[in-house]
Amino acid sequence: MELIKLTIDKKPVEVEKGTTILQAARKIGIDIPTLCYFSLGDMKIENKPGGCRVCVVEVEGRRNLAPACATECAPGMVVRTNTIKVLNARRTVVELILSDHPFDCLVCAKSGNCELQDLAHRLGIREISYQGAQSHYRKDTSPAIIRDVDKCVMCRRCEMMCNKVQSVGALSAINRGFEAVVAPAFEMDLEKSVCTYCGQCVAVCPTGALTEVDHTRQLIAALADPTKTVVVQTAPAVRAALGEEFGMQPGTLVTGKMAAALRELGFDYVFDTDFAADLTIMEEGTELLGRLSKHLAGDKDVRLPILTSCCPGWVNFFEHNFPELSDVPSTARSPQQMFGAIAKTYFAGKIGVDRKDLVVVSIMPCLAKKYEAQRPEFATNGNPDVDFSVSTRELAALIKEANIDFNTLAEEDFDNPLGESTGAAVIFGTTGGVIEAAVRTAYEVHTGKKLEKVDFAELRGLDGIRQATIDFNGLPINIGIAHGLGNARQLLNDVRDGKSQFHAIEIMACPGGCIGGGGQPLHHGNSAILKARQAAIYREDSCKPIRKSHENPYITTLYEEFLGKPLSEKAHHLLHTHYFDKSTQIEIE
Amino acid sequence: MHLLVCGGTGCRSAESDAIVDSLNKAIADRGLENDAKVVMTGCFGFCEKGPIVKVLPDNTFYTQVTPADAEEIVAEHIYKGRRVNRLLYINPESQEHVEDSKHMGFYRKQIRIALRNCGFIDPENIEEYIARDGYSALGKVLTEMTPEEAIQSIIKSGLRGRGGGGFPTGLKWDITRKVAAEKKYVVCNADEGDPGAFMDRSILEGDPHSVIEAMAINGYCTGASYGLVYIRAEYPLAINRLKTAIGQAREYGLLGNGILGTDFSFDIELRYGAGAFVCGEETALIHSMEGMRGEPTFKPPFPSESGYLGYPTNVNNVETYANIPVIITKGPEWFASIGTEKSKGTKVFALAGKINNVGLIEVPMGTTLREVIYEIGGGIKDGKNFKAVQTGGPSGGCLTTKHLDTPIDYDNLLAAGSMMGSGGMIVMDEDDCMVSIAKFYLEFTVEESCGKCTPCRVGNKRLHEILEKITRGEGTMKDLEKLRNLGQVIKDTALCGLGQTSPNPVLSNLDNFWDEFVEHVTEKKCRAGQCKHLLRYVIEPDACVGCTACARNCPVNAITGERKKAHEINQEICIKCGACVEKCKFNAIFVR
Amino acid sequence: MTKIKSLADLRRVKDDLQEKIRLRENADNPEKLVQIKVGMATSGIASGAKEVMSYLIEELDKRNVEAVVSQTGDMGYCYAEPTIEVILPGKEPVVFGKVTLKKADEIIEKYIKNGELVDGIIPRNYETIE
Repeated sequence: MELIKLTIDKKPVEVEKGTTILQAARKIGIDIPTLCYFSLGDMKIENKPGGCRVCVVEVEGRRNLAPACATECAPGMVVRTNTIKVLNARRTVVELILSDHPFDCLVCAKSGNCELQDLAHRLGIREISYQGAQSHYRKDTSPAIIRDVDKCVMCRRCEMMCNKVQSVGALSAINRGFEAVVAPAFEMDLEKSVCTYCGQCVAVCPTGALTEVDHTRQLIAALADPTKTVVVQTAPAVRAALGEEFGMQPGTLVTGKMAAALRELGFDYVFDTDFAADLTIMEEGTELLGRLSKHLAGDKDVRLPILTSCCPGWVNFFEHNFPELSDVPSTARSPQQMFGAIAKTYFAGKIGVDRKDLVVVSIMPCLAKKYEAQRPEFATNGNPDVDFSVSTRELAALIKEANIDFNTLAEEDFDNPLGESTGAAVIFGTTGGVIEAAVRTAYEVHTGKKLEKVDFAELRGLDGIRQATIDFNGLPINIGIAHGLGNARQLLNDVRDGKSQFHAIEIMACPGGCIGGGGQPLHHGNSAILKARQAAIYREDSCKPIRKSHENPYITTLYEEFLGKPLSEKAHHLLHTHYFDKSTQIEIE
Repeated sequence: MHLLVCGGTGCRSAESDAIVDSLNKAIADRGLENDAKVVMTGCFGFCEKGPIVKVLPDNTFYTQVTPADAEEIVAEHIYKGRRVNRLLYINPESQEHVEDSKHMGFYRKQIRIALRNCGFIDPENIEEYIARDGYSALGKVLTEMTPEEAIQSIIKSGLRGRGGGGFPTGLKWDITRKVAAEKKYVVCNADEGDPGAFMDRSILEGDPHSVIEAMAINGYCTGASYGLVYIRAEYPLAINRLKTAIGQAREYGLLGNGILGTDFSFDIELRYGAGAFVCGEETALIHSMEGMRGEPTFKPPFPSESGYLGYPTNVNNVETYANIPVIITKGPEWFASIGTEKSKGTKVFALAGKINNVGLIEVPMGTTLREVIYEIGGGIKDGKNFKAVQTGGPSGGCLTTKHLDTPIDYDNLLAAGSMMGSGGMIVMDEDDCMVSIAKFYLEFTVEESCGKCTPCRVGNKRLHEILEKITRGEGTMKDLEKLRNLGQVIKDTALCGLGQTSPNPVLSNLDNFWDEFVEHVTEKKCRAGQCKHLLRYVIEPDACVGCTACARNCPVNAITGERKKAHEINQEICIKCGACVEKCKFNAIFVR
Repeated sequence: MTKIKSLADLRRVKDDLQEKIRLRENADNPEKLVQIKVGMATSGIASGAKEVMSYLIEELDKRNVEAVVSQTGDMGYCYAEPTIEVILPGKEPVVFGKVTLKKADEIIEKYIKNGELVDGIIPRNYETIE
């Protein structure tokens, strides 16, 4: 590799060819501020349109200032990042951005966690010299995401996520000049666009232009209503990230503190989505084995691979983009919805509460879950199985608002019967986890043998597309894994074209899986945070006494008492779903 | 005799098609088909007085011809040999008829290289182009020169990009040539976007084959076999002529496989732009051709390395291409003998504004502004005083009397705070307010910014707002300081060439017309009388007889006064409509 | 039209086509050629100017003299019709009066070809006769 020597602020530095000034400067402790630049470097996700011009620096011999994020180092380059010219330009640029930004920081959803606010603070901006007209757009509220693009700074991160990473294509820059903004085509409502509500746009938005729909007020009202029994379920990835909102190290597991906090908030029953994840494995795993054995027997009507269906962003994606493949994914509902269905039938019956007086709330790392909970097929007589879903971030805000000192809480357990889970359920929170959990159960059910080693390292990691072959006692099972919808599209194209060699594919819409979900604490482009969360998930799994879903005693009881067996008629009715063709639903007004 | 009728967009919109028909009819009526031939050509450049009909061999130059005049031209000039005097151009100074285009000041100082065939041949007839030595440069390059040799010729000629930047053309070709790739593209940038500029359109309308030939030469030199012309969809005539020309070139085997018996293959396709100014920037142009949003990206990588669909792409502008065949046939030394030390050849300008001869001109580099304005342009309209000339469009600046004797070339214009740009040249007189002029250009930039980078998207909007404030009479000295600082920051930080040059009209006007800006903010006075908010209508009490005519006609009742006594205008109410001045029979109302 | 298959081919085609626009090429560079203007006002036509003009065009062509023959209005020398003005490259215009076909022949042979003066020159007492 060719090495290049240059100096930045009089400090010599040697870097590999292709390194940008920004990277070189960070290497020697010079922190050039940025705004539009965004990188989850080792996950191959990068945004550097060179548009905000906050990172400009002076390069000797160059007529104008250079954007550090996009300018590659050259031999002998002399870079200055803090001359008066640079400081004046940078401050002016930030003032310009602020001059076209609403001044409602005090009541903005992003206040305290806003990269533009941080930048203004860091540069010590006390007045905006260049005031003038501001651009205004209509606020667009969808079931999961709010677009308040008056706050858009045209960093294009969301556009990059939506197009390059997710291949969804719901958001792109429209209009010209001062009116330019990122929006769905023809400025249609997000709800009418091809948006999957994966929430990755929200996860990377530096300002309050893209935020989640807030359900915390409804939650507080439900908790305060004495006629309601309020039940909460928490998704596996929440416990690996919630602590970050309270200053804990990324990767800190806060399962027990979270249960305690939820109880303190006033939930009547604190349950775990992980219970439903185990249930999902029972249904989805059985479906996989059924399809597999029919396929091996030569039944041409059975399509393989089977695709996991627990990710609602992914479900939305294939309904929009691959409706012709609607018989390929598993019919199993997501754990959130399985939980809701069981809670409002089995559990409601157990405690003798009418389903309309039982409020089921989910805590999710996800924004698509908000939409999923509202799908009409998941309601009985207008009463939804899951009443509403709040994100990890919203839960953290709620805990703070309720004066709970999260850090000093004593750890508590979940309630039963819907709070018990296995290690297999916990790993649903990361890419590769669902399929690993399914393999653990399917192997034992199919072979009748006990699985000695439950860790499948070949299924783990953060590569966008992974594949592995698992030996089912002489039967090689080909597994595919994709996270990020762009990666999913590649595997799906193969399936559509009949070129896929996989028996089963796990797909998660968000990079990293649920640990990187659109409802998680913001990682601001630090991929180490995602890795720490993933490690935490596997740690929790390895500490669990039971690590296979079919060994969860409460699941066994549920089947015995209520469902019968996996894929029974009752299970079909409560735990499975069907998909819709949304490819033609886009209307342009 | 040949009767050449201008078929440029401007003259065609003034019925030059019908003129051709009427001329042909009148000729046929008299059985003069063997004596006279009517040819529709490209633009003559003298658009001020179009439609033009030029009679050869005597070079009689008829202006503002209508279809009804055709009969008389044939009956008098062709049949009887008498010029139709009433249609001749009148010299604005001597007020005499000028019979011969060779004696028109407009043409005398011009050297037409890029425009050599415009107004001379029928652009829809490839044979006329071939008769003018067309495609012989391509033939020469393909059979007698290596790509390196041909590029050396271009380098030696000193030709620089005519689109505005002035990058040495041969060097650009050489960079593209040196990149190894399975596929390369050459692109013709015909996305002419400066306000008032139409040289590229005129070349494509008047001499499309010169561009086609040059693109093929470029393809041979750089190793590309695909050519794309990115042309704005608002140029239907240019598109049609180009399509016709491409079709003919294919028919004659001058495009396609194995051109002129060699193994060189080349073909050209058109791509249409929606006329976004920013798409003149080469990276934005390429994105637009790829079907993406037309916005620039950071360079490097330059298109020569990674351009259209990721392949090495050489982008040149129409006028640059039009020069290429002549350089090859006449030799680089000949081309380099024209012009100044660092700017060789000629430059086409679209001359407009407060000047007598509005039109398209081509002059050698090094011609002074004075020559262009007073000799070719025929001086300032209505005998007013020259104040400034704007070059370089929204990327350029205004030059003043002190620059009148500056030889025009890339470097001198840059040094004077403006730039060559694509060749717009707008002349201003004493009635033009330089604050308003700066505002006008900023308005254009604000409208046309792609919105990608902060300095251009927000910065230019703020510049425009400050100028607006000054013309409203609400500006302060602090605002002038802000204009300078903000303008400089935009120059230093904007992403693309267009953004970086967008504050030039403001900065150069601040430099050259500082007093005028200061007057606007301190005295609230606009010396050109253009800033409506700064005008004061005042009744001179001694001259006012108290007839009440003004008061009765004031739409907002701003004028009071007793009958037969001097009246007064309430400045708070006055909307500066000027109705009172018109009604006053005693010249008692003044604008200050 | 068949395809042009080589550079030689192109040059041949060009030579053929050039004739079609020779008139324009010459008009564009009149100073390099012999320019002849024939006074063709009513009086000139009556006195045979049209015949003289046709004769000049034909004969100059036959005798390989590159010249532009154009018509012009009344030259103001009615007494000497038909009149022609001849401008040799780089020389002052000369006007001949009472030009007959025989005189025209003499002008071609003596003045145009060899620069020898010929009788019948009208003294130059005008600024321009265009």
